Amino acid sequence: MAHASTQVAVLGAGPGGYAAAFYAADLGMQVALVDEEKNPGGVCLYRGCIPSKALLHVAKVVDEARHAAAWGVTFSEPKVDLARLRSFKQGVVDKLTSGVGQVGRLRKVTYFQGRGTLTGPRSLRIAGGSGETELAFEHCVLATGSHPTRIPSLSIDSPRMLDSTSALELPDVPASLLVIGGGYIGLELGTVYATLGSKVSVVEMTPGLLPGVDRDLVNVLHKRLEKLFALIMLNTKVVKVAEEKNGIRVTFEGDVTPREQVFERVLVSVGRRPNSLVPGLDSTRVTVDQRGFIQTDRQRRTAEPSIFAIGDVAGEPMLAHKASHEARVAIDAIAGHKVVFEPLAIPAVVFTDPEIAWCGVTETQARESGTEIEVAKFPWGALSRAITVDRPEGLTKLVLDPKTRRVLGVGIAGAGAGELIAEGVLAVEMGATAEDLKLTIHPHPTLSESLMESAEVFFGQSTHVYKPKRK
Amino acid sequence: MTEFKVPELGENITTGDVLRVLVNVGDTIAKDQPVLELETDKATIEVPSSVAGVVKDIRVKQGDKVNVGAVILTVDENGVGAPRPAAGGTKQPETASAAQTPPDNVAGGPSPAVAGGLQASGASGVDAPRTDQKVVSMPRPGRAESVSSRSADVPRPSAAPVRAERGPSAPAAPGVRRLAREIGVEINEVRGTGPDGRISEDDVKEHARRILSGDGAARGTAGAPAIPLPDFERWGPVERQPMSNIRRTTAQRLSHAWNTIPHVTQFDQADMTATEELRRKYREQVRRAGGDLTVTAMLVKVLAVAVKQFPQFNSSIDPEADQLIFKKYVNIGVAVDTDRGLLVPVVRNADGKNLTQIAVEVQQLAQKARDRKLTLEEMSGGGMTISNLGGIGGTYFSPIVNWPEVAILGVSRGVIQPVWRPASGAFEPRQLLPLSLSYDHRVIDGADAMRFLRWVVEAVEEPFLLSLFG
Repeated sequence: MAHASTQVAVLGAGPGGYAAAFYAADLGMQVALVDEEKNPGGVCLYRGCIPSKALLHVAKVVDEARHAAAWGVTFSEPKVDLARLRSFKQGVVDKLTSGVGQVGRLRKVTYFQGRGTLTGPRSLRIAGGSGETELAFEHCVLATGSHPTRIPSLSIDSPRMLDSTSALELPDVPASLLVIGGGYIGLELGTVYATLGSKVSVVEMTPGLLPGVDRDLVNVLHKRLEKLFALIMLNTKVVKVAEEKNGIRVTFEGDVTPREQVFERVLVSVGRRPNSLVPGLDSTRVTVDQRGFIQTDRQRRTAEPSIFAIGDVAGEPMLAHKASHEARVAIDAIAGHKVVFEPLAIPAVVFTDPEIAWCGVTETQARESGTEIEVAKFPWGALSRAITVDRPEGLTKLVLDPKTRRVLGVGIAGAGAGELIAEGVLAVEMGATAEDLKLTIHPHPTLSESLMESAEVFFGQSTHVYKPKRK
Repeated sequence: MTEFKVPELGENITTGDVLRVLVNVGDTIAKDQPVLELETDKATIEVPSSVAGVVKDIRVKQGDKVNVGAVILTVDENGVGAPRPAAGGTKQPETASAAQTPPDNVAGGPSPAVAGGLQASGASGVDAPRTDQKVVSMPRPGRAESVSSRSADVPRPSAAPVRAERGPSAPAAPGVRRLAREIGVEINEVRGTGPDGRISEDDVKEHARRILSGDGAARGTAGAPAIPLPDFERWGPVERQPMSNIRRTTAQRLSHAWNTIPHVTQFDQADMTATEELRRKYREQVRRAGGDLTVTAMLVKVLAVAVKQFPQFNSSIDPEADQLIFKKYVNIGVAVDTDRGLLVPVVRNADGKNLTQIAVEVQQLAQKARDRKLTLEEMSGGGMTISNLGGIGGTYFSPIVNWPEVAILGVSRGVIQPVWRPASGAFEPRQLLPLSLSYDHRVIDGADAMRFLRWVVEAVEEPFLLSLFG
């Protein structure tokens, strides 16, 4: 067995892990990055954000081509060459992962392809193609990510049953697809399949899609999905799935008839679980909470002082950009800097069409916690850029502190919301007020004007919305 | 005639300093009209009247410390009583001029009222003198309160400082928050100078500077506001000299120690008649080894053994982590008076050295200190310190603990005094050594300190104890 030692070992090379490794290297530390894949990337690049966005881009083009008929341009029905589509998606993934691998090599990060097992608070064993390596470290960052939640009663062994990983493989375009779970993963993948030609149905246990997100934002999406999807079943549970010759027979419980329906394929997307069953974790003092997250302090240090945990495995929200920010906090802490993870806003984006994005305090949270807020909304029906692209259904809203007029949160539903939200995050982090947004010149005609105009709405002075001031 | 008293001011606030009186005798005041600006240790509060009418008498003046329930003024509720020029004549100018005196906001100095009421102005020293007279007006009912509690009879001031009004987090950009965290500044305590109190990088630095400079004005609830120096030349010629590095460091360190450590000093005396005989007997022997068997050297040995019996005397406190740090090594500092100021070299691992070795080392360190040859390393890492002023004189003194240590032993001049000796049934001349033990009361309780000091005294009286425990 080979022996090696390093200052920092990073277990898991997703957007948390490789960001940690690279930043540590940039700070002059000796770094080892361990992952089972050939290149860094993790779920995000291989089986998540990136391939799904490539497919969603294609879906959007198809959708716009269809809509063009209303603008006087008619295309013929699209022919989908699945092999080409898969190879486009794979090309995107390969390009990004090999690029990340290259940047890592330039930084002299030692990449171990293999499976890491902790052998104590200062060492791990890596089993890979080239044999076993015993790696001693001063600090370790656990960035082992998460996996799709499996529900035992829905886990029948059938190729017709998909999870987010296999759905992204795009095995075929089934005539009918049931998406179990109305969260962002199900809606994004449902959008891809529906646009490519599947009859998509969504079943969600709670009374609405995207549980937890402000209803006015979700409604914008819901209206459009009602047209795209064959059926959206709310307040409905799947109690049984069974394979038949022609598909999966699904039994529902809730406001739905018929109670049993057959689907060619079923996608289970009911959330993700942290990968906290890190091999050898019991050889350390690292603790795991009831929900399976590794417990850390605000520096992302675990109960074992030499070990940190970041990303999905360290807690909600399970988002790539949260992981990469935590990565920097953890490495700064290892470098002896007095920093903690203390963002005011972590943006979240649902990449459906329209997109939904929000950050900071949501209206729902504020109402639940009794925080006094004021909400200013600007409907995109009054937004010139939205009209020019025939997408007037959007909505931009600010959640404001009524006393200081500080922007506490921003929510956007509409085409390109994911790009627009960045300004909202900056506003929240900088402690900007509604006045600041109002006084900042926004380019015309763009969707970004909706942020400025929603601030103007707050003062009862929006150029394009007439709303008399209440006070 | 109705009396208006200082209302309930909020949780745990029982007293406040009158910053300004906002009304004069003869004024007609309305209900809810602010009549007083009160500075409490939580916030500056505008106190609104709960009564309406003509002010007949004002019982408080600027600078007064008033308690909840004290009468502020009396009001004739039956309307338009004519002002009493005679009585008002003597009172009015006083209150009026007080009210017109602008607080010295520009310089950041305290208003006259604050200077007059130092002890209570602790926390508000941060805010009040510098808030440009922006005050929390009361009542400010919380969201959860019902409409009925809006009544001015039960005013509810916001209990938190003015800043807390901003909401859940301080309005500071991520980079500014990071800077604050790295230099150990609590961002919510920083006063922002930007619009809507936004906190800039400079605000954080300024806050930190004020904490470090020891004037404590920025120290939240702990400090007092900086008071400007008088112009000394009014009374005669003066000369200003720059502080030496040692002087400046000493000033900073001692201010820090004094501001952070709740000091207690306890005194005792050791009968060192027998030990003194031993010391004289072996002095020459030690001198041949290159050391001087001084009282200080002997006390270094005594402390080295003592802190092993009482480990809390060789500890430090980490209030941020709520932890005590016990040191597993015994390093004893020795304060040395030099022509450039006070230096404290450290005898390392004193517990593992015999008295001769310690005597040699103390001698060498003291010489190095006077020759300006001490390295920083030789002056760091002390666990407890001895300050022996006995060579100069004095009976007792209260030394300041050498932070981050938690205890210091002060030694004054040994004197021969008559002591009642039960064994011989007579007063005998005995040589007594006065000892002063200052300690950090956060870490060490009084009884333990007394036990420790008794142990030291007994070890001085019976050096055999050192061999027994050392």
